Formats: sequence, C-alpha cells, structure tokens
Amino acid sequence: MAYSSYCLVCGGTGCESSKADLIYRELRRVAEERGVDNDVQIVKTGCFGFCEKGPIVKILPDESFYVEVKPEDATELIDEHVIKGRTVKRLMIKDKERKKHLETEDDISFYQKQVRVVLRNCGIINPEDITEYIAREGYAALEKVLFTMSDDDVIAELKASGLRGRGGAGFPTWMKWKFTKDIKHTAEEVFVVCNADEGDPGAYMDRSTLEGDPHSVMEAMTIAGYTCGAHKGYIYIRAEYPLAIKRLQTAMAQAREYGLLGDDILGSGFNFDIEIRLGAGAFVCGEETALLASIEGERGTPRPRPPFPAVKGLWGMPTVINNVETWANIPMIILRGGEWFAKIGTDGSKGTKVFALTGKINNSGLIEVPMGTTLREIIYDIGGGIPKKKQFKAVQTGGPSGGVITAEHLDTPMDFDNLTKLGSMMGSGGMIVMDEDDCIVDVTKFYLEFSVEESCGKCAPCRIGTRKMFDILERITSGKGEMEDIDRLEAIAVSMQKASLCGLGQTAANPVLSTLKYFRQEYLEHIENKRCPSGVCKDLVRYEIDAEKCIGCTVCARRCPVNCIAGERKTVHIIDQDACIKCGQCYDACKFDAVRIA
Amino acid sequence: MSTVKVEINGTPVEVPTGTRILDAAKKIGIKIPALCAHPDLEPWAACGLCVVKVEGSPKLPRACATEVTNGAKYITHDPELNQVRRTTIEMMVANHPNECLTCGRNGTCELQSMAANFGIREIPFHSRIPDLPKDESTPSLVLDPRKCISCGRCVLVCQQKQDVWALEFLNRGDETRMMPAGGVPLNESPCIKCGQCSAHCPVGAIYERDETAKLLEAIRNPDLHVAVQIAPAVRVAIGEAFGLPPGEVSTGRLYAALRRLGVDAVFDTNFAADLTIMEEGTELVERLTAETATLPMITSCCPSWVDYMEKYCEDMIPHFSTAKSPMMMQGAITKTYYAQKKGLASKQIFSAAIMPCTSKKYECTRDENMFASGEQDVDVVLTTRELARLLKASGIDFVSLPNEKADSPIGEYSGAGVIFGATGGVMEAALRTAHFLVTGQEHKGITFEVVRGLDGIRSANVKVGEKTLRVAIAHGIANVRDLINEVRAAKAAGKEPPYHFIEVMACRGGCISGGGQPYASSSDETRAKRIAGIYQDDDKSTVRCSHHNPSIQKLYEEFLEKPAGHKAHELLHTAYKSRPIYQK
Amino acid sequence: MAKMTLEELRKLRDEKRLELNRRKVDEKTIEVIVSMGTSGIAAGAKETLQAFIDELNQHGITNAVIRQSGSLGLDHAEPTIEIHMKGMPDTIYGSVTPAVVTEIVDRHILKKELVDKHVFDRPAPDIIKE
Repeated sequence: MAYSSYCLVCGGTGCESSKADLIYRELRRVAEERGVDNDVQIVKTGCFGFCEKGPIVKILPDESFYVEVKPEDATELIDEHVIKGRTVKRLMIKDKERKKHLETEDDISFYQKQVRVVLRNCGIINPEDITEYIAREGYAALEKVLFTMSDDDVIAELKASGLRGRGGAGFPTWMKWKFTKDIKHTAEEVFVVCNADEGDPGAYMDRSTLEGDPHSVMEAMTIAGYTCGAHKGYIYIRAEYPLAIKRLQTAMAQAREYGLLGDDILGSGFNFDIEIRLGAGAFVCGEETALLASIEGERGTPRPRPPFPAVKGLWGMPTVINNVETWANIPMIILRGGEWFAKIGTDGSKGTKVFALTGKINNSGLIEVPMGTTLREIIYDIGGGIPKKKQFKAVQTGGPSGGVITAEHLDTPMDFDNLTKLGSMMGSGGMIVMDEDDCIVDVTKFYLEFSVEESCGKCAPCRIGTRKMFDILERITSGKGEMEDIDRLEAIAVSMQKASLCGLGQTAANPVLSTLKYFRQEYLEHIENKRCPSGVCKDLVRYEIDAEKCIGCTVCARRCPVNCIAGERKTVHIIDQDACIKCGQCYDACKFDAVRIA
Repeated sequence: MSTVKVEINGTPVEVPTGTRILDAAKKIGIKIPALCAHPDLEPWAACGLCVVKVEGSPKLPRACATEVTNGAKYITHDPELNQVRRTTIEMMVANHPNECLTCGRNGTCELQSMAANFGIREIPFHSRIPDLPKDESTPSLVLDPRKCISCGRCVLVCQQKQDVWALEFLNRGDETRMMPAGGVPLNESPCIKCGQCSAHCPVGAIYERDETAKLLEAIRNPDLHVAVQIAPAVRVAIGEAFGLPPGEVSTGRLYAALRRLGVDAVFDTNFAADLTIMEEGTELVERLTAETATLPMITSCCPSWVDYMEKYCEDMIPHFSTAKSPMMMQGAITKTYYAQKKGLASKQIFSAAIMPCTSKKYECTRDENMFASGEQDVDVVLTTRELARLLKASGIDFVSLPNEKADSPIGEYSGAGVIFGATGGVMEAALRTAHFLVTGQEHKGITFEVVRGLDGIRSANVKVGEKTLRVAIAHGIANVRDLINEVRAAKAAGKEPPYHFIEVMACRGGCISGGGQPYASSSDETRAKRIAGIYQDDDKSTVRCSHHNPSIQKLYEEFLEKPAGHKAHELLHTAYKSRPIYQK
Repeated sequence: MAKMTLEELRKLRDEKRLELNRRKVDEKTIEVIVSMGTSGIAAGAKETLQAFIDELNQHGITNAVIRQSGSLGLDHAEPTIEIHMKGMPDTIYGSVTPAVVTEIVDRHILKKELVDKHVFDRPAPDIIKE
C-alpha cells in the first residue's frame, strides 16, 4: 500500500549534529504510536544545504518546510500536520519584510540564493534533443533578434544588462561587441569565438554548461554573428572534454537540420555556422590571444594587446570572443531584457555566477548564485559547511590566478571588484575550500607548480619567475627556507605582475602575494622554526607518541608501513624517528589522540 | 602622412601614426631596455624589459609592440620600472651560464651589457641551467642551448625572414628551447647555414664555428703556401669591430693586416667576382639567344640560397646559373693557375677565405665540384668576426694600418666585382658586361642604379641593345620565395616567364649583412651605410666592368681560353641536385 | 526534417511545451531522468542508466521513460537521478548505484515509498519556470 505523505528529515552533517537523528527517531516513534506509520513515510535525506536553520524537516506532498526543529516537536508535527493536515506555523521560517510565514522552500531565501540563469536547462532537458531546448524558449531570443532587433538594439540590451565577461577579467561584454560592430563594414570578415578552454584546477562550469545545454551557447553565438557581422563561429574546446564535444556536435547537427544554423536561418536571409576546434589542453590557450593563435594553427602563445581581438583577432580580422558562461547568459538577456538581468547582482557586477565548489566542503558541486552573495552563504548555506567540524581556514578563488580569502572576509559580497580588492579574482569561478589541515605554503606551492607546468615559456618574467617561485616554495616546505626568500618571492611577484605578457603570468603570483599577506606567520613558521603548523610538509613534521595518552593498543604499529613503531601490548609505543617516512598513518589511526605532530 | 603627438617622460614628441613607443622614445634620445626587440623583426614581446607606464592605465604595455596613441603620456623610466626590470634581468642572469670569459660574445653580449648597465653585483636567485649538449653538427654554426635566453629572435628570423623553418620553439614553460623541430641536429634540419640566427642572437647561444686555429696552423707550417682571399662585403664592415663606422672601406688595411698575420699571398674575391660575371654573363647571353633555353636564369653565388633551392625548390634547378660562387672560383684558380705560375703543386697551397658568411664554411666542402683543382679548392673559411678576433689576438692595430695592395695576378678587381657584396650588385655587374657582350658597346654611364635599393623585391626593365631585359632582385629568403612563386605561377599558367634574370641573396641587404659580419645591430640603418661603402669603392675604381679587368683578360688568354669554354666548365661551373628538407 | 520557417519553429515550441507538461501529468508515464554530465558518468551514471533499463524490463514496467540530462551540479552526490510520477512527489536521489536502482524501482516506483538515505530533495527552483 502506498503512503499518502512523506516526511523528510535532513541527514546532513550540520543537522545530524543538532540531533536530527533523534528527531527522525522521534517522528517514527510518534507515527507508529499514532498508527499512521503506514500513511507517512519518514526518511532521512541528504543535506538540504540550509544548515544555518537546521535541523530541517520537510513534509511532502505539500512541501512544508520546517526549520530549527527539535526532537520534542515530533509529536506536534505528526499530530498537527500529518494527521490533521494543519501546518505548524511556529516552526516555519519568518520573513520580516513580507511578514508572513514562508511555507515551502521556493519561498525561502536559501533557495533564492541559487538563481539559475546559466544553468537554467542543465539537468532539466535532454541536451541531445533540440526540441526540448526549443520547448524551454530555446531559439526564441534568436528569433527576436533576427526579426525585431537591429545590431544597435542588441548592444543596447547587453549594455543595459551590465553583463561582464565570465572568463575572469570581467570586461563589459557590450563594449567588446560594440568595438567589433563599429568596424564590421570595414573588415573583410568577422569572427565569433567561444572560449571553452576551461583549465583552472577544480573548475568545470563550462564543461557542465556545454554538456547540459549546448544550444544556449550556439544560439548566443548566432546572435553575436548577426549583431557584429560574422558568418562564422568557432568553439575552442579542450579535447579532454569528449562528452561536451559530442553533445555540441549533436546539437550542431540538429540545429543545421532545423535550419537554426547554416544559410538563411529561419528564412531571415542571415547565414551563420559554427565549427569546433579542439585544444590540446594547454592552460594558456584560455588566454584569448593564445587561443586565437591556436585556432590559426600557430603555437598557442599570447600576443601583445593592443590590438585587441575585437579589432584585430582571428587571422587579423575583428573577432568577438567570449567565454561559455558569458554566452549562456545572452539568450536570457535578449528574451527578458537587460533590465531584468541588471536586477540580479550588485552595482558593478550584474547577473549570476556559477561556482565550482570543491575542497573541504560538505556539498561539493556546481552552484549558481547572484553576484554579491557572500562567501559565508556559499560555504555554509549552500555548501553545507566544512566536513568533520574542522575549522575553516581560507577559500581559494580564481584558481592559480587568484588568491585566498580568509575567515575575516567571509561576509564580503562576491563580485568582480571586491575579489580584486582582496587580492584574489573571480577567475572562471573555481572555489576551493581549505580547512585547518591544509598548509597554506603547500597549497601555494601546488598552484605555482600548476603555473610552472602551464607557462607557455614565451615571456621571461613568467617563464623564469614561476619556476623560481616554485623552487623557493619547495625549499621553504622542505625546511631549507631563508628569510631572504620572502623578499625574493615578493620581488619576483612584482616583476611578474608588471612585466608578464598575458594574464596567466600577470596573475600567477597572486597566490603567493595573497597568502604572504594573510598567512605570513605560517611562512615564517616554516622558515624560522622549520615547522609546518598543519603537519602537511613532511620534511618539517615529526610524529611523536604521547606517553600519557598511549594505552599500547598496537594499532599504530600495525598500520605503520615501515615498521618503525616499537612497543609491546599495553605499553607505551615509540616511533623510530630515523626510519619514519612521515606518512601520517599512525596519526590517523590512533583513536586516543596519542600520536601528535611535533 | 598622419602623425600623432605624445608625451614621453614629459617631453612632447610627434611621430608618424603607427610608430611604436620604443621608436618614439628613441627619437628623443630615450633608450628603453629590450632583449628581444630587433629592428629587423616583428615585435615578439618576450623579454618583458621594455614595459612602460601610460597615464591613466594600470597596465604596463610593452614599448616594443605597442603603437603610440595620440595624446598619451608615457613614463619609460622610474624607480618602480627600474626595479621590475632589474628583477627580470636578475632572473635571466641566474639562469644563464656564468661563462662570460670563455664566451664568443664576451664584450658583445646584450645580456652582459644589460647586467652591467643595471649594476648587477650579485644574483639573488638560485641558478637553474639546463644540462644540454652543444649542437656542433653543421660546419657553420654552433648551437649552445644552455645560453639561450628564449628571446625568439633566431626562430623569427629563421621562419619569417628566411622561410627556412630550421629553428622552432620546442617545449613549454621553462623547458622552452629554440632548436630544430623534433630535436634533430641542426645539420639534419632544413638549416641553410645563413647564420642570420647568430647575427640576431643577443647572447652566445648560436654562433659561428671558430676555425681561426686552422689558418694559424697553416701559417706555421713552412711547407704550405698560404693564399687568402677577401670577400667584397668584409671590407665595409670589419672596421666596426675596431671602432670605425659602418661602411668605412678598409680594403687596403685588410691586405696589410693579413700580411702581418704572416700569409704568403693576399688576393681578393672581387677578382673572382669579375670572373663570375664573365662566366655567368656569357651563360645569360647564351640563354637569351638560344631557341629553347630555361628562363629566367637565377644567380647562384649565395650558398645558402643554393641550399634552400636544393631543399625547397628543386623545380628551379634548371634555372640556376651553373657558375660557381666567386669564392669557389677564386679557390680553384688559386690552386691551378696561380699554383702553376708559382711552380707549386695544388696541395702545397693552403687556400683561405675571409667571408661575411657562415654558409661559406659549408659551401667549401658541399660536393665533389668543390675539389676542382684535385684538392679542396678552399681549405678554410673564416668569417669577418673570426678575422677581427684573430687580428686583435695578434696585436694588430687595424685602424692605423697603412693601405696596401693585393698580390698579382689574381688580386686586381673592377668596380663590378666589389658591388657583389650588396643586394642588386651581382645583377648590376652582370648587366654591365651583358650589355657589352650583346651590343659590343658599354652601357652609357656604366651603372644601372635602377636595380639598387633595400626593398625586398625589386624589378626593372633594362634596355640592352634592341632587347628589353626583365630583371628582378630578391634578398631575404622569404622575399625570394614570393618571387619564385611568381615565376612558378607564370610557368603553371603557360605564360612567358615574368623575368629573364633574377638575382638572389639569402640575407637582407646582401652579403654586407651576412651571418658572419660584426655584431653591430643588423638594422637597415647599418645595412645602408655598408652598401654606401660598397658603391663608394665602385665609384673610385678606374675599371668599372668585369670584362675590362686586365688580370681577367690575361687569365683567359693564358689559361682558361674563353668564357664557358671547356676548361672554364671544369673549374668554374658546378651542378645541383635535389636534397630532402630533413636529412634523415 | 527540412529547415524550419519562423512559424514552424513557434509551432514546434508550443507543441513541445505542451508535451513536456503533459508528460508529467500523464497517468501512464513514469519519468526517470539520469544526470549524465562528466562527473555523473565518472561516478557511474552509465551503469545506473543501464540498471534502470534492465530493472524496468525485468519488472515489465512499460509506462516508464528514461531520459538523460546534463549535470544538476550536485557533484558530491553523483550519480543523481530524478523521478517524476503520479502519486509520488518529484524526487531526486543521490549516490544511485545499480543496487540502489533495484531498490528505487522496487520501492519508489512499485511500492510508492521513498528510498530512505538516498533522497536528495529537489533542485533549486529554476527561475525560467513560469
């Protein structure tokens, strides 16, 4: 027999820690007691993400959303809601402005924090079926542009929207388009390019967008073609994204079949087609001039700007180049108007931003939030906080081009300008959360290693500077650091910022500068005291067994891969420091906190 | 021409639209440091030293690559920029072998002078120098990748100016290397040994193979009669190594200097240039008058061009003049005619050549035709740079040497011989003689100034008697390629050849800017001065045409019989064959 | 299909929109959407998809459609699936391995019970939805 209602109890870490399990058991007990256990199914779910107001209980099918539920509320919930069908108002969240009880999650600010413009179709439509895209207002923006708008109208709409490039630097999109539009009549040919060369470690929003909603990008590129006088577009995507490539190919074939790409689109007389160009995965090819060089078949190295691609791009022709996420915003801006878009976000940064939330976070994944959402909301409300009740240390935004943001800035609204002010940057939207177990010097070294690998080698400041900084960090983390190394790092960083040819080199020093700014003491610990406070840098770590705490359970000795822990059963164990490889197995294994990092 | 007005360090300056910041600054006497920018090359923007500030922008544009914009205010030097540049130089120096004392560029190295100017006294960074072997595979050049600062000049000149594509950017990041594609040795690459890489390298990463010891050894050997020839272009450039201005003609000093080194006979390649004209001019007249001759005829004096042609345009082999280069003719005549006169066997003569060119080191053994005398016709080739070093090491005060004369009977030359050193010179010398051969009269006014100049491709219609000759000149192989493609297109379309005669020199400006010349910036400014020197030497000559050189006339009377005759063919002509672009 | 005119595009959009809406209320239709982004596939979404096909066949359930979509963004809970069916709330399940598929078909689809521990609630409201 079927249940008539369902009671969902949040089983996330946050709620569990505030007795969600007890609530769950109470609810079941009361339901059984009242004899309704065959009518209501009580289950524990994944994290609702709204940890701030936990524990959460949701009752379906009417989707009533109860917050800060206590075990003793179980009886009332079953009696009132399940049996009598009356909601329990006092457990619902209160919105002061609207002065009414918010009853379902659609009304609650937490869920309003995620606003899906870019990812509007992801996870909803079948990306391999063009008709599903069309059903969700797909190609309606193109239709509007082709038959009712002039090139100037499109640019005016973009200007009103305030959309800024999502590739990292945040240049106003309308200006790029206008530069090209204004000279389209003088150029032999104009090109439109989609930068899908996503390469930041931990970032994959572009991949997901192309996999989940390829038509949105294609539609936007066609709109740009119409506006800026291009008949040919290129999508530059890394070959490591086979699924996104396949979905794009399928989407392009279907669009051509339906007459939404190719000659005389929808009978408008406008011709536009798109070609996919595969990148070999060099990070620098995400830099627009290097990307264009790569499309041309040249070595993927940056060129000096100016001239900017909008004026002199692919094969010397004016070229509109935007990032996947930027493109994906455009059909909605055209359809709903720039003003609608400009209502989302902050003064200087309009719309939403997709972030890839990874690292020490409960709910890793892709989120889309309005610009201006604070880091605290992202990490704690949406991300569900830090696992294992560890202490938040910092979050790295902007990948190898960005910097760290520390606890003191958790309440800064995230937008282009604020991030830059904090010494980080938006970048493509990777967000890596670190907790107390992460060594900041080690993390910085990781980013520099990435930049060393990905420097194209063309300009001296970046080519030599990234390597020199990495070498210095390597020395510091292996206990060979000198005080002068801090000065060296800073001198190199300035030289790279000022004199590198492209954004990769100009920003590659950001992780160093920002961590030196916020975690200087941790560097000094490594250099002066040869100590890694987080216990990550193996050369600086020494594991010891606390004689007072050790009960001689032998777990550590059995776990040790090099058999360097001696001790009889029920006697204090000792680590042979010369043989120890500092793998940390004993530390993780000990249930009595007897192994400590010295 | 439209101009823009800008302000640099507070000084207003007006320059043509499109001028780059670096050049605008230079105009008012401000030197912005740069290690990759080069007047011959499109800006590559690699070294990062030339960054400057623009009022109102946080970005620092590169002065080498950025055009000035009207009304902009630039700051090229301030303490912050100084610090940024200094750190970059320190990092470069840290990654550069500390081998200045034993480096071929000691004293002429741009990184060295940059470090000197910035007063770098200690290197704050740990050194990281790749462990890579020298590439000594070619007879002409040595590539030492450890010293490379990755400025890109060699690759750009090799690819863009010379269209050879022997050098490539390999690898990425701090593993970036400027080396032949696939990591093959230079000699197995498409390299044509022109040495423009070495002429453009700011440091000692690619340089001429030093063979001065071979000459010194020959001089010490009492059983050898050492005869030296000097190429036309050497005389207008070697003075630069001794502080003389470019273009100063040092012919007499060179003869004197070589005698002081202890050589037995001093000859001039200009003599053989006259000889070349006799052979090549005759060949041209033959081709012009024959019913089914292959036209256009193309000059073959430049060994890099011959190498390029054999690798990249084998379809042009029938178009090539079979005449050898002047150097090889001089060598063959030295070891036959001169040897006979001296009563010596060919092998008793050591024949050395002083050349502006690295490719000549390759040419002297390139195939069996280079052994026409039965011995190697030219035993060693030294570049102008090597000779300058040798003179310094020998304590010869070049500047104050007296003017001496070359030895007879193969040392005298005409004005036509000397202009071989400049682009258009071979053409002009050939036209002077061809005019005589066709019409039996001298060309009025002797010179053909219409073929002179520095434009990459030049063409002209020249009246020779009844006939109008269509001639073209190209220098810098990328220009040559374009010209050859024009010939090919006409051929493919079944049209009449666009030209009768084409002159080619691999290096921009001709031999005066060859890969073995002194390191004074190989800019068009220097080229123009050297070329002016060449024409000055021609103007001063009493004999202006090759066929009037009395020594040449005597050579034919006594030895060769007639131009393009049997003996001349044996000694002075050669053959060509198709070669693969990659040797293995 | 031949290239569309503007009118045809509009017509197709209206028809398809109705169809998408109808699909959800149609008594006979059970809709299973498997999130097939790269992270989903890496976590085993292909196996999950196959398991649904097998499991539904085995039970002779013919009124179910299995669709695929891009990623929902819930990467820590991949593979994720969404089920729409009459008589049950729209539900997202996380960490759906083939074993969980068996359970979902058996309990959610056949017995109309939620599968404890794997319910992942529903996605954030999407602003396009009118």
